[in-house]
Parts: sequence; C-alpha cells; structure tokens
Amino acid sequence: MAGGSSSSSSSFSTAPAPSLVDSLFQRSLDDLIKALRSQPAGAEPSLLSRAVAEIRREIRSPDPDTKAVALQKLTYLSSLHGLDASWAAFHALELLPSPSPLHKRLAYVAASLSFHPSTTDVLPLSTHQLRKDLSPSSPPPFSSLALHLLSLSASPDLALHLAPDLLPLLSPRSSPSSPLRPKAAAAALRTLSVCPDVAPLLFKPLVDCLSSPDLRVVSAAVGAFAELASSGDPTPYLPLAPEFYRVLAESGSNWILIKLLKIFTRLAPLEPRLAARLVDPLCDLLRRSSAQSLVFECVRTVFSGLPDHDRAVRLAVDKVREFLASADDPNLRYLGLRALSMLGPRHSWAVEESREAVIRSLADPDPNIRREALHLIMVMVFDSNVVEISVLLVNYAMKSDPIFANELLDAVLTTCRRNVYELIVDFDWYVSLLGEMARNPHCTRGEEIERQIVDIGLRVRDARPELVRVARGLLIDPALLGNPFLCRILSAAAWVSGEYVEFSRNPLELVEALLQPRTSLLPPLVRAVYIQAVFKVLAFCFSTYIDQLEISQLSSSIVESNTAAAASCIADGIAGMESTDGIATGDKPASLFSSIENKDPFTCESLTKLLILIETAVGPLSENDEVEVHGRARNLLGLIHMLREILTWKTEEQGFIKDNRIGEIVNLLQSMFSEELGPVSVNAQNRVPVPEGLVLEENLADLAWTLTEDDTAPSMSISFSLRSHQHGKTKDAAASSVRSASLLAEHRKRHGLYYLPTEKDETESNDYPRANDPLLPASQGDVPEDLVKLTKQSLIPRKVKHTKPRPVVIKLDEGDGVSTFPSTTVKESKDDLLSGAIHDALLGEGKPSSSQKRYSDKSSRGRVKDIADTGESVSQSKENLESGNREHRSSGSKSKHRGHGKERHRSPQKNEEKEEKNHRNSARSSHHHERHKHRPRGEALLNVAPRAPVIQHFLL
Amino acid sequence: MAIRFILLVNKQGQTRLAQYYEYLTLEERRALEGEIVRKCLARTEQQCSFVEHRNYKIVYRRYASLFFLVGVDNDENELAILEFIHLVVETMDRHFRNVCELDIMFHLETAHFMLEEMVMNGCIVETSKTNILTPIQLMDKAS
Repeated sequence: MAGGSSSSSSSFSTAPAPSLVDSLFQRSLDDLIKALRSQPAGAEPSLLSRAVAEIRREIRSPDPDTKAVALQKLTYLSSLHGLDASWAAFHALELLPSPSPLHKRLAYVAASLSFHPSTTDVLPLSTHQLRKDLSPSSPPPFSSLALHLLSLSASPDLALHLAPDLLPLLSPRSSPSSPLRPKAAAAALRTLSVCPDVAPLLFKPLVDCLSSPDLRVVSAAVGAFAELASSGDPTPYLPLAPEFYRVLAESGSNWILIKLLKIFTRLAPLEPRLAARLVDPLCDLLRRSSAQSLVFECVRTVFSGLPDHDRAVRLAVDKVREFLASADDPNLRYLGLRALSMLGPRHSWAVEESREAVIRSLADPDPNIRREALHLIMVMVFDSNVVEISVLLVNYAMKSDPIFANELLDAVLTTCRRNVYELIVDFDWYVSLLGEMARNPHCTRGEEIERQIVDIGLRVRDARPELVRVARGLLIDPALLGNPFLCRILSAAAWVSGEYVEFSRNPLELVEALLQPRTSLLPPLVRAVYIQAVFKVLAFCFSTYIDQLEISQLSSSIVESNTAAAASCIADGIAGMESTDGIATGDKPASLFSSIENKDPFTCESLTKLLILIETAVGPLSENDEVEVHGRARNLLGLIHMLREILTWKTEEQGFIKDNRIGEIVNLLQSMFSEELGPVSVNAQNRVPVPEGLVLEENLADLAWTLTEDDTAPSMSISFSLRSHQHGKTKDAAASSVRSASLLAEHRKRHGLYYLPTEKDETESNDYPRANDPLLPASQGDVPEDLVKLTKQSLIPRKVKHTKPRPVVIKLDEGDGVSTFPSTTVKESKDDLLSGAIHDALLGEGKPSSSQKRYSDKSSRGRVKDIADTGESVSQSKENLESGNREHRSSGSKSKHRGHGKERHRSPQKNEEKEEKNHRNSARSSHHHERHKHRPRGEALLNVAPRAPVIQHFLL
Repeated sequence: MAIRFILLVNKQGQTRLAQYYEYLTLEERRALEGEIVRKCLARTEQQCSFVEHRNYKIVYRRYASLFFLVGVDNDENELAILEFIHLVVETMDRHFRNVCELDIMFHLETAHFMLEEMVMNGCIVETSKTNILTPIQLMDKAS
C-alpha cells in the first residue's frame, strides 16, 4: 500500500476517475488517523468530508490494494466518527472473494460492521461467497470470518440458505478441537432466531454439542440454549433438562455454570421436580464457590427459580447479606440489593433481616445503589408500615440531593396512589404528608401532587377538613408563590379551599391569602383558579351570614311577614336543591354549624371589608390579557357590584332579611356551588353518547311503561351527571356512617391538648401523626444512623387493627385504578414461532398436537420422570437424574421429592449404572451407537406406552 | 442476545472502538454512545460499575484513560461481564504489549478481530488468551 501523507489533495480534485496517481499517492489509514489527530479543533468536519470524497474515488479503483485501503479507512471513519458506510456495501462484497487473507479480513470486518438485512440490499449477493468460505475445505480463519458475518447480519433468506452449510462445522467430525465448532454453535443460534424454519436441521447438532468433550463447545452450546430459553417460551427445552443437569454435575467452568443456571432459572418454575433436584447442587455451589459471579448467579437462580425451597433461599439470603456488608465493593452492594428485590413481598423476612443495610444504602454515594434501595423499600410497603416508611422517605428527601429527593417523592407518591390509595388508611395523615412534600425545596413533582390533592378531595369525604387545613397552610405562605414547580400544587390548594370552603376555619383570611400581591407571580391559569376560589368563598360567606341571621331570628321567634317570605324563599331554594341532590345538602348544615360555633360569625363590617378587599385586588385584573383571568375577574366584580347596589344591609342588619334580593342572589350562588363534584371514570364519557336535547336530570321513571324491559335497563345504569345515583348511593351510606366519626375525630383533633398522648411507636394508633411530628429526630444529625433508627420493625407486613375505620374512597368501575397497572406484555410472535419450531423439532414432525397435550399434562408424574421413562433420551437422562440421586444419598441429605416411582426404577437403575460406566469408558463416537441398542431394553423394562418415539427422534 | 454491544471510550468521551451485536442505525448509535458516555464517565470510583440504561444495563470498567463499556441484557451476570472485560484487556495487553489508546486506534481491525474471536453473536465463545491470539498472529504472519 502506498504511504505518504504528503499527497496533495489538489491532484485528486482534478481527477475524478480513479487513476494510477490515486494508487500511488493514496493516504493510508495511519496517515488519515494522524491527520485527524493533528487537526485543530474545529476542522474535523471538513477534513472528514474531504477524506470521504477521497475514499469514494479510491474505492472504485480496479487495484485491490487501493480498494482495500479505501475500505479500511471508511470502516474506521464509520465506526469511530459515525459516518455512513452503507453506500460502500457493494465494494465490501467485491473484496470478499479476495485470495489475500488481509483483504478478505478487511472486507469481512467492513461488512460485519455495516451490513444489515434491513438496509443492505446487496446482502443476497454474499450468499455464494459465504457458502464457499464456510465449506470445510476453506481455511478455518476464513470460515471464522464468514461465521461472524453470518451471525451479525443474517437475513431470514440467508439463514435459510446457509443453515445446511453450518452442519459440517457443528458436527464433531470436523477436527476434534476445532475452534470453529463453538462459533458455529453461536452462529446457529442466530440463524435459529432469524429463521425458525431451520430448527429441525440445526437443533439436533446443537444438542449434540452439549456432550462434546471440548469445554468451549459445551460453553457455546449452553450459551445458545440460555439465549433460546430466555428469549421465548422455555417449555420446549424442558426435555433437555437431564442433559443440562449432567453438564451441571460434570462441568467445572464458571462460564458454563453461569449460563446453565440461567437455563435452570427458566426451567425450574415449570417443573417442580427439577427444582427439587437443583437444590442440592445449588447449595453446594453457594457454599463452595469462591467466584462471586457464580455465587451471585446461584442466588439469582434460587430467588427467581426456586423461591419455595427454604433451605436454598436461606443460604442464598445469607450470601446476599455478605454482599450487602461488603463496605469496599459497591458492585456487591448493588447486586445484593438487586437480588433482594427479586425475592418479592413473599419473602419480606429477607429484607427485614437486612433492613439496616438496605436503609443505610439510601445514603450511599452511588445514586444507582440508592435507587435500588429505594425500589426495594417500596416493594416492602404494606398498609401497616406505609406511614412510617413514607414519613422516613419524605423527611430524607429534605436532606438529599435534588434528583434523588424527587425520586423519593415519586416513589412515595406512586406507591400511595396505587389502586386508588389502597394502602392509605389515615387520609388526614396522607394529606398533610402531601403538604409536607410540597414544601420540599427540591420538589418538582407539582403535577402529581396537584392531581392527588384534587383526587382525594373528590374521592374521600373525610379527608376534606384536613385537606382544607393543608391547603390553607400552602396558600398563606408567600414564599411558595415564587417557585414555578409549586404553582400546580397551589392551584390544587386554591381549588380545594374554594370547593370545600365550608371546612375553612377562617374564610376571610383565606380570601386575603388568595389575593395577596405575590399571586401576580403565578401563571394565568392558576390565577384564574385563585379568582374562582375567591368567588366561591365570597358566596359562602354571604350565605352563611344570612343563615346566621335567620337562625338568630327564628330563635328569638320574631316572625315578620318579610322574614317568612325570605325564609320560605330559602326553604324553597333548599328544597329545590334537595330534589336534585339529597345528600350534599343533607350534611351541609352539620358542617355549617360546626364552622359557625367555633369562629367569629361574619359581621356586617367584616363582609364590607371583604368586598372592598376583593374589589381592590381583583379590579386591576379585569383588564388582564389572559382571557381566563379576565373573565373570572369580571364575574367576581359583577357579583360585587350587584351586592353593593343593595345598600340596605349596610345600614341595618335586619335589612338583610328585609330585602329579598340579597337572599335570592346568595341562594342562587350558593346553589351554583353546592353541587358537589365527584370523580369521573375515565371511560364514562365514551360509554354514554348523549343525544342532543336530552334532559339528563329528568326522571323518566313514569315513562317506563312505554318501553320494553330491555330498553330501560341501560338507562338505569348510565351514570353521567356528576351526581349519578350509583355514586350517590355510596356517598349516602358513607355519609351516615362516617359523619359521626369524622365529627368526633375533628373534635378530638381540635381539643387534642386535653387527650393523653398516644404511644409514639405504635403505628396502629388512631391519632394523626403529622409528617413533622417530633417522632422524627432525623431532621438533623448523622443520616444513615438516623435512617436506621427509624425503621424498627418496619419492613414486614403486620396485622394491624385500625381503631379508626378507613374512610370510604369512592372508586368507579374498571376504568379507575386500571391505568396504574402495567399493561401485560405481549409475547413477540417471533419467539413463539421459534419455540414452536423447536417444540416440533424436539418432538418429531407431524405430532404437534399430541406433544402439546403431553406437555400441558401435569399429572401426578412429573414431566422429567415422564420423559425419562420413554426410552432413549431416557436412559441418558435418567442416568443423570439417578446419578444425581446417588450423590444426594451419599451426601446424606434426604430428597423427599422423588419418593414415588422409586420402587419401579430400582432394577433398571443398576443396569443403567453399568451402562453409564460403559458410556464413560467408550469413546464418544461409539456413544451414538450404544444408545441405539439401549432403547428397546429401556422400553421393555419400563413398559412404556408407544408415545415414546416422539422424543427419541431428536436425541438420536 | 447476551452482549448487545462493546464500546471503548476514552476519557474525553471519544469512541475508540464500537462493536454492536444488534442492529442500530448510525443516528441511534451516536445517540446511544452520547447518552452512555454522559452517564458512565461522570461516575466515581466509589460507585458501582453497573448502570441501567433504557431496557438494558451497561457494565463498565475503567483502565487508565480508557473506559470499556459492555451493554448487556438485564438478566446477564454483571460480575461475569466484568471478568470478561478484564479478559479483553488482558488479551489486548498481551498482543500489543501494554496496550494503550493509540494501539487500538491504529489497529482497529485487529482489535475487532480479537473481539470476534471472543464473542460471537453476543455469546462469549472463547476465553483462552492463547486461543484468541493464535489466529490473529497467523493472519499477521500470512499478510
């Protein structure tokens, strides 16, 4: 090849066609690399484009050397500088047949780096050359190159055409220790996965590889089966379990063992007997192996494959604890946590044992370890410890870095939200926790918190007083207004305060908070919510004031005609409301009284002040650019003007009653907001097509007789209005049963001072642990220590008797919590195809139905035994299992799992033992032959039904 | 597929070798390499060698100025992959005598070739250094 970085690029630009000059003065790859390295920072793109132009010219040269160097440069540029090389596919193909090993190698490397069936249209052209290089007569290094290309870029067609050419490479007849056989096994895996049709051809040789004396071959074959078993349905590989088991017993290589364990992880859940059989070897490996990778693989196999075998799980958990305790190796700590999270909630005792290490990991310097620990902890959350864990995490989020803080908050929010808050018993606590989260300086999860605040307001009646209290705390704090992440939360808080204003201790203060000057920092949509909340509060204040006056009048039994009129008017209003809404008004008086009795009743002056305050604050907004703000501000000002016009009440209190208009206006407004908003199922609207002009509120019951039964049924079940009857029923029941409890609770809360404090560490207490309770000394001091201290007995599910009943959470039908479930994954069709093909390859052609049936048949005899009985694969497989047995026996452990059927097998076993010795002594080539002889005897002895040949077919 | 890709990246985040065992377009590769480099190179010695990325994980190890990053399936044995990385480094070390970034840059093909000997279709097929290097030396002699 011609070197010389001095080649002048000007000479190229004048000669577009490849010429001798190109060949003579071609830049070598080394020159190119040097040029790239020495160029100034910004010059790379121009240098690259020049180099590509050069290559484009050179690669068309008839001289193979020039072409090869051009291709080499292109390969370098495409793989390290991300340049497109697909245009050169044909040139790579041109070089493939080159007799020079160097050129061939270059071409193959270029092809394997850039070819792909989906983009390379010249790929079919390579078939012939690949076949030639794969043939046993070509030098092994060439075959190796061809195998590599095949394994990287085989299209289904290519795979189909070349599969027969893999056979000689896969067979043991090619020299005994050929380096090609393992590679051929790996390439066969690729052909199998892109083209399942070749399974009948390649599967048997691949199985034969398992019994090769060459460990590399076994390793490659085991690796291939591990891939096959983990990429699709593992069932078809179950008949090979005895073979795998034999390799497990015989092989000492950790690489092989790890892959084998992967296979067993998939197979063990399918066949309980296999799982039982694996316990001993696994425990043995766990105890003896010094390789952490192998130990970890054993742990993984035990946790995900044999979770029912306590002995193995116990041992594996001990190993995991060692992993977790390794202070100097973050890898082991990480893997330890990973392993624990494989165990799942059933074995929460294991996490409990390592609780300290897990909690400590929350403060690990590695964010990945922290995340794993968090994940693990969240899996262990039950309704008995959700309070403790959430409080712990939310408090810890205050001190950790912003990213992890939000992960912590996320974890708490998603866990608590799961299945419509199924974990939450004490909603007052949870609501105050939400408030706590909002105050975290790192919090960026405003949207989720907003959603939950509103959602809880709608769903959980009993949580509303606390919700309003929390919302007040958030609204009143001017510091929160500047944080853009919190505005969504503030919007929810404003909405809650307006919607459930009847629970507010001091509506006047609320209005002040909603109108404070810093609200100008909020985005317009949130401001609109604020103004709407003010509207609601204002309406509420007036209606309360009027009710108050009436009560006082009624109690002093001054019945004037005017009052009577007003009262009847109000009564009408209420009656009207009741006709549409029996429940909401039903419990409203209770809350009204409760709010009236403990706060200063509204006075004439306070209301006037309120009006002035609103007018001054909202007035400027009526000119706002944003339509939402503008519109709502106008509404509010309109109402105020209307109220202002009626001056009588200003001068005398009685004027209120005297002037009907006030009462009417107020009632009108009150009825506007008294309608309670409920949660709406996500698919509610889809289900109900609303014809135009249909009055949904109208009672059609008296029309029922005009319809047939079928027609009426759906109209009864349709729930469209916010206050559907189905939804109303829930509330009806809830309201009566819970109202007293909530009043009691509220009373207790209010006068908490006069109650004895409950014990601090009892989670089942029914008092309201605040997120910022003194219960948490964690706010200062050494983090991990405090974290650990906090988790006394927290990770195990306990039976908790809640003295306080869980409040009703309104759930709608299927559309509601479903979205929180992960959607079930659909298996890829290719996998099905492959496993189907292998299934057929294993069990013989033409009898898929019978084989299917046999596999689904989980009768009293386990499948491994079943298969072992059917002759042949049989003698082989059973030997393995039996030899396994013998080992078990000699090691003194009793295996209870193979109790039945032992009697029957005793006599053949001896034969088998002899047979086995023969096997071992004889050369592998004769192995084949012997198995043949073996079969009929096995059948005769064991009296097996004639379905046996189905399996034999493939192991022969 | 057990191993999805092998990347060698220097301290500055420049790719020095990239072998993919599943097909990605150039844009996807560039994006992937960028994301991985951002994620892994910032990590410290006290942090573990495993990083989850998209739907798989990356096992990486740093040798002097070079990062060896291997993308594997989620159920792959991380510690075994670390051992594999070490084997790659030792093999390169034996061939190049004290391997450094430049050796790999200027002998990219040979480096690819070593990987081809060791990994086929994402499966590790050869773990003996002598076996890996024999065909390479033969080829070098022949040319």
